[in-house]
Amino acid sequence: MAQLMTLGITAAFLILLTFAVISWTNFFKTIDRRWVFLLMLFSVAVPVYVIGKTKQTFPEKALPLAQAVFDEIEKLNEGDKVLLAFDFDPGSEGELGPMATMFAFHCATKKLKMYFIALWPLGRQMIDDNIEKVIKPDFPEMIYGEDYMNLGFKAGNEGVINVIVTDIKQLYTTDAYGRDINQIPMMEGIDNIQQMDLILNVSAGFPGTKEWVQYAVTPFPHQIRLVGGCTGVQAPLLYPYIPEQLPGLLAAIKGASEYESLVIGKYGGDGISGKYLEAQRRMGPQLVAHVLMVLLIIAGNIIYFVERTREARP
Amino acid sequence: MSRENRIWLIVFLIGAAALLGRAMFSSQGMAKAYVHAVEVDRVQVADPDADDETATKWISAEDAQTQGITLPAKGSDDRITWTRYDNSNYTAYSKAVAANQTDYQFSPSRTIGTWIAALFTLFVLSFLIRDNPLYKVAESLFIGISAAYWMVVQFWDQITPNLIGNLSPTLVRNWAMPGLGADFQQDLVYIIPGILGIMLLWRLAPKGGWISRWPMAFFIGTFCGLRLVRYLQSDFLTQIRNSIEPLYVKSVKTAADGSAVLDAAGNPLTGFDVWDSLANVILIIGVLSCLVYFFFSFEHKGIVGKTAKLGIWFLMITFGAAFGYTVMGRIALLAIRLEFLFDDWLWLIDPTDKRVEAVVSMLGLY
Repeated sequence: MAQLMTLGITAAFLILLTFAVISWTNFFKTIDRRWVFLLMLFSVAVPVYVIGKTKQTFPEKALPLAQAVFDEIEKLNEGDKVLLAFDFDPGSEGELGPMATMFAFHCATKKLKMYFIALWPLGRQMIDDNIEKVIKPDFPEMIYGEDYMNLGFKAGNEGVINVIVTDIKQLYTTDAYGRDINQIPMMEGIDNIQQMDLILNVSAGFPGTKEWVQYAVTPFPHQIRLVGGCTGVQAPLLYPYIPEQLPGLLAAIKGASEYESLVIGKYGGDGISGKYLEAQRRMGPQLVAHVLMVLLIIAGNIIYFVERTREARP
Repeated sequence: MSRENRIWLIVFLIGAAALLGRAMFSSQGMAKAYVHAVEVDRVQVADPDADDETATKWISAEDAQTQGITLPAKGSDDRITWTRYDNSNYTAYSKAVAANQTDYQFSPSRTIGTWIAALFTLFVLSFLIRDNPLYKVAESLFIGISAAYWMVVQFWDQITPNLIGNLSPTLVRNWAMPGLGADFQQDLVYIIPGILGIMLLWRLAPKGGWISRWPMAFFIGTFCGLRLVRYLQSDFLTQIRNSIEPLYVKSVKTAADGSAVLDAAGNPLTGFDVWDSLANVILIIGVLSCLVYFFFSFEHKGIVGKTAKLGIWFLMITFGAAFGYTVMGRIALLAIRLEFLFDDWLWLIDPTDKRVEAVVSMLGLY
């Protein structure tokens, strides 16, 4: 019944919109684009404010790709080695920050050994942020060098991956803080990244998940397993690699939100901190802004067809 | 001044007055940053693991005490202390104040940083109204700072440890990276990339710009070879293999609880999987029709034309999905900036409980 009512209200609204657009075609056609920007600003700002105040988020159901990422990490046992490649910067933190936070939280909860690495210059700051945000306050028992370590940034893009798949110490002589890599307990016996049980990549572009697939997974398909999260712009380019070369992928904020709900659902508990709900919070603005976007596209198409019909008239 | 400019000026003045009022006359204020001052105490002790008997290492004073080492006097050459300032928040600060602790402090420098970040966010967003000097300032500063940051990072993360470190480990150990292992050996092969790097910079010289073409040719050749092989493997051969899927998919039947349904002999029952089969059929049709669209040896007429048209539909759906994802990404970026403005700057919302004791009214006014 409720669904029928929703359908009815939606249909009525669309009919009204159609009539409004037809009646004021000239007004909508010549409207200043800044009104559209303002509308979009409110459609994002109001949900950000309301959700920020109420701390309520929309319910989330994980789709198979997010479930696959979750399952890949769940398969690992305590003490297994995970390479976390944070290939992003503040420019894409809105989408990728929640994924990186949740990866660190999930790995720390499962007591996996975390090796952080970055192929983007600001990736190191993203790693440091997550260590400060997740590991130090919520997992104070974890010791740097024994449970987690930061290898920092190295320039060279895919060239770095190409080297470290066979010899990590050729490029990394020290960690990100200048400590001798041979003196770090976690690096004992680690010669290359084929020894990692899983690679988790957070990717904002080049170099990113595509390069990890090309230079790490493809030459060593039986030794290296990779799952990751990426920006919305990249997602369509990465789908062809699923599932053979890339078993799971968190696509944009929606993927992050699904993965977040899975991890929090299993490990979160009731009093989970708001810092672990970032992606789910950002789905509110997404919903309202997408509805607005759909309405604008419908309105634009109605104007187009009305114009075409008028032009076709003798 | 035009009418439009007058309106904008009034809007900005009202906004500035509201900000000033909120920052100065509300009880908690806004945009304030707090730090936790942590005293760091390090002492220099003999390194028992090193081969060299005179070798020393720096450890925390706490660890030294645990090991029973007598601490040298503060200020001596063997003991260094300094204060580290970690990020904190209003909640921790107010608790510390209530407990008469002084290690949580208000940070003027980080507060200014928050204001600069907020104002520059607004400067950049102001481009949506129209191009203006504030946007230009933000854009120019961003480009300049990015270029400088990139240079510094490359120097300290790449040239220092990997080039100079390999050519002269002792120099780098004494000068920049005391953590570089004592067993790290000199490797003179790195002279070659060093020379290639210098040759590349030669294009900045008034004469002999051609010298930079040689290392450039080396890099291009190397990367072409590297990329060709990898693209062939991952984006061509493996993709062909991944596209060869069964059109008739059989899957194990499952009960409501997710367990496999067994036959009389105890083997799992399998059956025709409609959705997986349909997905594979669409995949094959999509791949073939898109390939036909990009096949120009035949004129796109008749069956070839119709298949190519189907390919266009598949491509359009792909572009639509890509556009949808792009919109999602951009909205997420706008959302995080507004979260920053509302949370860290204006203190209107507090989703991460950074200001538990600060009660903020709906309009942010008291």
